[in-house]
Amino acid sequence: MNVCIYFQVHQPFRMKKYSVFDIGQSSEYFDDNKNKEIMHKIAKKCYLRTNNLMLQLINKYKNTDKQFKISYSITGTALEQFQKYAPEVLESFQKLAETGNVEFLSETYYHSLSCLYSKHEFKDQIDMHKIKIKELFNQEPKVFRNTELIFNNELANFIQGMGYKAILAEGADHILGWRSPNYVYTARTAPKLKLLLKNYKLSDDIAFRFGQKSWKEYPLTAEKFAHWINSDKGHSMNLFMDYETFGEHQWDDTGIFDFLKHLPDELFKNNHTRFLTVSELAEFDAVDELDIHNFLSWADIERDLSAWKGNNMQDSAMHELYAVEKFVKETHDKTLIEDWRKLTTSDHFYYMCTKYFNDGDVHKYFNPYDTPYESYINFMNILNDIIYRIKRIIESKNIKKEAMHRRIHENPVMLLNE
Amino acid sequence: MKVLMFGWEFPPFFSGGLGVACEGLTTGLSKLNVDITFVIPQGPENLHSDKVKLLVANNLPNYKIHVKKINSLLLPYNSEESYQKHYEKIKKTTTTGKLYGSTLYQEVARFTEIAKLLVFTDDFDIIHCHDWMTFPAGVAAKKLSGIPLILHVHATEFDRTAGQGANPYVFQIEKESLEYADKIIAVSNYTKQKIIENYNIPADKIAVVHNAVAPMPEAENKIKSYDKIVLFYGRLTIQKGPDYFIEAAKRVLDFDPNVKFIVAGTGDMESRLINRAAELGIGSKVLFTGFISKDSPEGRSIYQMADVYVFPSVSEPFGIMPLEALQFSTPVIISKQSGVSEILRNALKVDFWDIDELSNLIISVLNYKALHNELKHHGSLEVKTINWDAPAKKCLDVYNRLLNSRHLRPIVVR
Repeated sequence: MNVCIYFQVHQPFRMKKYSVFDIGQSSEYFDDNKNKEIMHKIAKKCYLRTNNLMLQLINKYKNTDKQFKISYSITGTALEQFQKYAPEVLESFQKLAETGNVEFLSETYYHSLSCLYSKHEFKDQIDMHKIKIKELFNQEPKVFRNTELIFNNELANFIQGMGYKAILAEGADHILGWRSPNYVYTARTAPKLKLLLKNYKLSDDIAFRFGQKSWKEYPLTAEKFAHWINSDKGHSMNLFMDYETFGEHQWDDTGIFDFLKHLPDELFKNNHTRFLTVSELAEFDAVDELDIHNFLSWADIERDLSAWKGNNMQDSAMHELYAVEKFVKETHDKTLIEDWRKLTTSDHFYYMCTKYFNDGDVHKYFNPYDTPYESYINFMNILNDIIYRIKRIIESKNIKKEAMHRRIHENPVMLLNE
Repeated sequence: MKVLMFGWEFPPFFSGGLGVACEGLTTGLSKLNVDITFVIPQGPENLHSDKVKLLVANNLPNYKIHVKKINSLLLPYNSEESYQKHYEKIKKTTTTGKLYGSTLYQEVARFTEIAKLLVFTDDFDIIHCHDWMTFPAGVAAKKLSGIPLILHVHATEFDRTAGQGANPYVFQIEKESLEYADKIIAVSNYTKQKIIENYNIPADKIAVVHNAVAPMPEAENKIKSYDKIVLFYGRLTIQKGPDYFIEAAKRVLDFDPNVKFIVAGTGDMESRLINRAAELGIGSKVLFTGFISKDSPEGRSIYQMADVYVFPSVSEPFGIMPLEALQFSTPVIISKQSGVSEILRNALKVDFWDIDELSNLIISVLNYKALHNELKHHGSLEVKTINWDAPAKKCLDVYNRLLNSRHLRPIVVR
């Protein structure tokens, strides 16, 4: 069977510790040192090493009738951090792009949840990302992936309207029923938009279970895995996962790199097996139409939005953030707009999740804060400084608001309640 | 299993943190069929009036805790100075005054001499002592009987004095007893670490059994306030960090003048704190209530009326009060230098000395409603799970492991 491998590459701009007393005093929100340090660590453990291996694999089959192909989606915030802290990582992605066997997807520049709150901002961020991809990799993405594979009928329709030919989604049991994720579908609301579904069982075997000694299939060899794929049926086996799986989530000593290195050879033992990029996969005719009313994502066991919204803190932070969108944009202040957009990154809301906090589990690994409460305080303090800046700019254009100006000095936190 | 326990207090005689913890632990152990004889030093003043309550405690049908009193002037949280005052008073007012030791140390020695003999009143398997005043009694009882000795550390001399100079006599008693004990139970990892560092005890000799909290009755008078209220509730001693609370109050009030700070409790720092608040010009915003018993309706009301409870202890082996505040659905800010911060997740945590961060957290919890709601919701759910069943089970495990490690049953000399 064919195989479509897609990787998500993302790094957020992590925030500085920002106290309520910094409001109106400092507009430095992001932790340069921490972001740099993390980027260097992951570049070494994952990006450089895996990119190098991918390049070797592509070259290995370059002049044969078989080809090794992969697809990536890299967020704008990750690309910016490559440029800033690890240009060698960006170069290695560019080298991969030059092989012609790598396809880049579209997504929101800031890895945001803007599709849920502001279609206007959503579209802006997609366009920004498109420009960035064109500039760095000279490709025009034809396939879209939304943040965390968030998807429903309405979104499908919107994305079809933007001219994309396919979109990625989670192949969750509750939307598929008896159907297989290994085929191409369409959404009921978007007949022209192909739906490419993640085979979560096999994808998660690599992404989550690979190094788990308690797993009954441990150790997972390339041979065994290729055998599972080749004995299945469909258009393609879609392995969608975070790129950081290699070397970062699954450490080197689990044998993950060795597994990856041997996987193509093992798959090619079946003469019909080919690697497809996401656009190639989208060429297949859809076998059926799916009707997805509720939001779907690839996160947690729930496969819904509950990792980013649902508790009081997440909802209030999100609400207040998008409530000021209009005012932020009216200032036409580039730095301010950019700072605001960096706050739209979904990770900030993930840190506020209390869903699993009491079990202390996977969310912890990705969380720079000790508690969801601290992350919320930090976020709200920063957002209050953004509001403070907006008011200052608006006031500088309108002197009549002198009284308001004084109030801001007295109590910035209260601004949100006005 | 039969356990002889030595403590300083047991409700309803007193309800300091130690007594409450002893009651919780023994109640939990008795549910696990551990038969406990609890010995407390009890002065003649309250001997009479409290006798009835004592009998009630004895007669609780499901509990196998027998409380025995020894005629002594030892009181919880005694210092050499406070003992002296108490002793002088008793000597003047009663004819029995000369029975007691003229210094705290003599009185501890006298208590030890009487208490150790109780080891022969039953077939005990374990001797279990709570904090330094009873350690000599436990050591003496073990020397007489050979029965294994467990010392339970709720606080060390270093916590009580918050690094301002430990009393060498108390330190000496603690050190020698801890060295002699068969096993030590610490109320937190924080305390375990202190025992290792300050008393040079090997880590593997110390087990950690975190405290818990028993449900408190609901507040009868629910007080509503139009001002936002930040509460400090506890003894006004250097250990509890009320001075950091006052400094943070100033910082918060500079930012938001519509906040009231309540300082509930009494202690040797009281006048200093009142003066400091006046000096900072926040005298009218910081209210000192004096002593309020946790068992009184006022105690419960004060927890309930606060918008946030602050627990800025400088050195806190455990710290039960934040758990009590959460029972009244009041969000808490707790010192990272506390044992309770090791087990409580749904709380804001801060280094006691970090006044800026403490103020940041206070302002945030008062202003960000969503934060207040989530802390309240998850905190009050979490505190329901922190009950005495788990610590009692752990304590029983310590007993069993200790007994199993001794191949022969101790020989009891009769």
